[in-house]
Amino acid sequence: MSALLELRDLRKLFPVRDALGRSRGAVRAVDGVSLSVAQGEVLAIVGESGCGKSTLGRLALRLIEPDAGEVRFGGEDLRALSPAALRARRRDMQLIFQDPFASLDPRMTVEAAIAEPMRLHGVVPRGQESAKVAEWLERVGLRADHARRWPHEFSGGQRQRIAIARALASGPKLVIGDEPVSALDVSIQAQVVNLLQDLIRDLGLTFVLISHDLAVVRHIADRVAVMYLGRIVELGETEQVFNRPKHPYTRALLAAVPGQGAKAPPLAGDVPSPMAPPSGCRFHTRCAHAVAKCREVDPMLPSEAHAAACHLAAELPPAIAPHETETGGERLRRLQAFFTQGTAA
Amino acid sequence: MSTPVLELDNLSVGFATDRGLVRAVEAVSFSVAPGQMLAVVGESGCGKSVTALAVMGLLPDSAQLGGRILFDGRDAREAQRGRDLAMVFQEPMTSLNPAFTAGEQVAEALRRHRGLAPRAAFDAAVEMLSRAQIPDAERRARQYPHQLSGGMRQRVMIAMALACRPRLLLCDEPTTALDVTVQAQIMALLDELRQETGTAVVLITHDLGVVADRADHVAVMYAGRVVEAAPAAQLFATPQHPYTVGLLGAAPRLVGGRGRLASIEGAVPDPLNLPPGCRFAPRCPFAEARCKQPPPLAEVAPGHSAACWRAPLDQVLAA
Repeated sequence: MSALLELRDLRKLFPVRDALGRSRGAVRAVDGVSLSVAQGEVLAIVGESGCGKSTLGRLALRLIEPDAGEVRFGGEDLRALSPAALRARRRDMQLIFQDPFASLDPRMTVEAAIAEPMRLHGVVPRGQESAKVAEWLERVGLRADHARRWPHEFSGGQRQRIAIARALASGPKLVIGDEPVSALDVSIQAQVVNLLQDLIRDLGLTFVLISHDLAVVRHIADRVAVMYLGRIVELGETEQVFNRPKHPYTRALLAAVPGQGAKAPPLAGDVPSPMAPPSGCRFHTRCAHAVAKCREVDPMLPSEAHAAACHLAAELPPAIAPHETETGGERLRRLQAFFTQGTAA
Repeated sequence: MSTPVLELDNLSVGFATDRGLVRAVEAVSFSVAPGQMLAVVGESGCGKSVTALAVMGLLPDSAQLGGRILFDGRDAREAQRGRDLAMVFQEPMTSLNPAFTAGEQVAEALRRHRGLAPRAAFDAAVEMLSRAQIPDAERRARQYPHQLSGGMRQRVMIAMALACRPRLLLCDEPTTALDVTVQAQIMALLDELRQETGTAVVLITHDLGVVADRADHVAVMYAGRVVEAAPAAQLFATPQHPYTVGLLGAAPRLVGGRGRLASIEGAVPDPLNLPPGCRFAPRCPFAEARCKQPPPLAEVAPGHSAACWRAPLDQVLAA
């Protein structure tokens, strides 16, 4: 498989200033990340707040400039493109945000919002935009006559559908979703997850899902990158990472997901400040397995199909795969089938 | 059974708006025993937070209340907020006063409700903060909210709420704004303190995983009404209301399975334009003609009730 998106040793620092404008150091948001996303693949970037996952997504689309490193899209170095060439390239890469209340312009009708990227990139001949907008609305589960309405007339779930239609209207090859379903209620979230899965499959999209929700990631992603303090600590196929997590942080993260029975919290304390990440392995301050080497030597992410940046990955006891408290069994599955098959009556 | 700490009897809350009366909560009844955790589950707008605010007496004067709220068998309006019952909110930053240190804010609760002298109150506050698993509590007590992480702030809120050993603690999505590893710490802390002090907890949440792990009893709310209530294990093993069935299927699972999620079609009804009869009927695959009449919350198995004409749903499967 060829890589559609390739990130090489990306770095991004955000300087921090005090109230008087004096420099107080810098947050190392992304600190040496290399990653490639294959054509047609769904890759998830997971991690807790402040791990750098959203910054990485913005770097990948060159919405912000990296301090170092390379972003290649379809083999082309995005940093080498002129502003005009980059604007043209935007047709192929789009972003879906978390908050559909903030991402749609309240002064634009739904039609205007979806037609804008079409017009900007000239993907639809003039005069045919309305028909195309109607087509997109139906494709994302809304009605053609919604086109004349305003964003405030829609619920959160409907707005996210509109935002998805807008992101897809220019016909992108790559879509990055930054927590695209996190703000939605669970029943609405399920609808939008199903929609995203359908669109990814039908349009052959390459999709990067940035999320903190491990169950959603498990459901959608082919591969997973786990981030901690600006670094990828584990990378591999979803099944591998979830069933046989190698990195102690991945293990703790999975064990912390609720629904696995009441038990002791897997990690104590907070994530250290990204302004002063710990020496050696960044996770050593919270790791139950850490040895002297972990405090001194920064572990690298090996280039294996399922890789963990951990000195002890080969020696750790086998991981316990996540287990959920069994609910409902066959009876529940049969009842739920009524929902998947649509409303009877 | 001992007297419940909290008992809601036919509680309803309405808000007059320009467009008409919004019935946010209607005919809600449940009770919580000492030391127990009751989870109130539902999606945005189901009335779960309004119910908690009603218990705390924090609704605006314009709210139209009906029914009774009993605290220890007496009218809850006689109970003292802070001493008898306390509340922890979702976003600790907006509940803490940015101008006072963490220690001062916990100490104030102790001065006010336990009548401690300032020095003794501050010492007791440090003690409470360290019980809430704040490392280096002596130093943290002298810091301001903005100097603390989100998880730390929520621990301060819990320390403050529990400082006076209230008989009832209401937690409204206490971990929703927090990362999953911190969330696990906070939930374990709540469990520990509950066992230690015998405080009853009402946990308001949308997260069924948290409920399955921690709650003794569950009330599922939809569009202002309780649609199902049961001991937690029973609710998850044999859910009897179609909405509960749908919710359980809508949440993606950590243990694989990539098929379509059993999403519930449509959306929650407009509170100003509620469907007659069962409010879930327009989205329900099991709905039939009689669902145009409102179903009562009725017992379908011992201790397990559902507001559904078709419950127990096993009848549907047998048909």
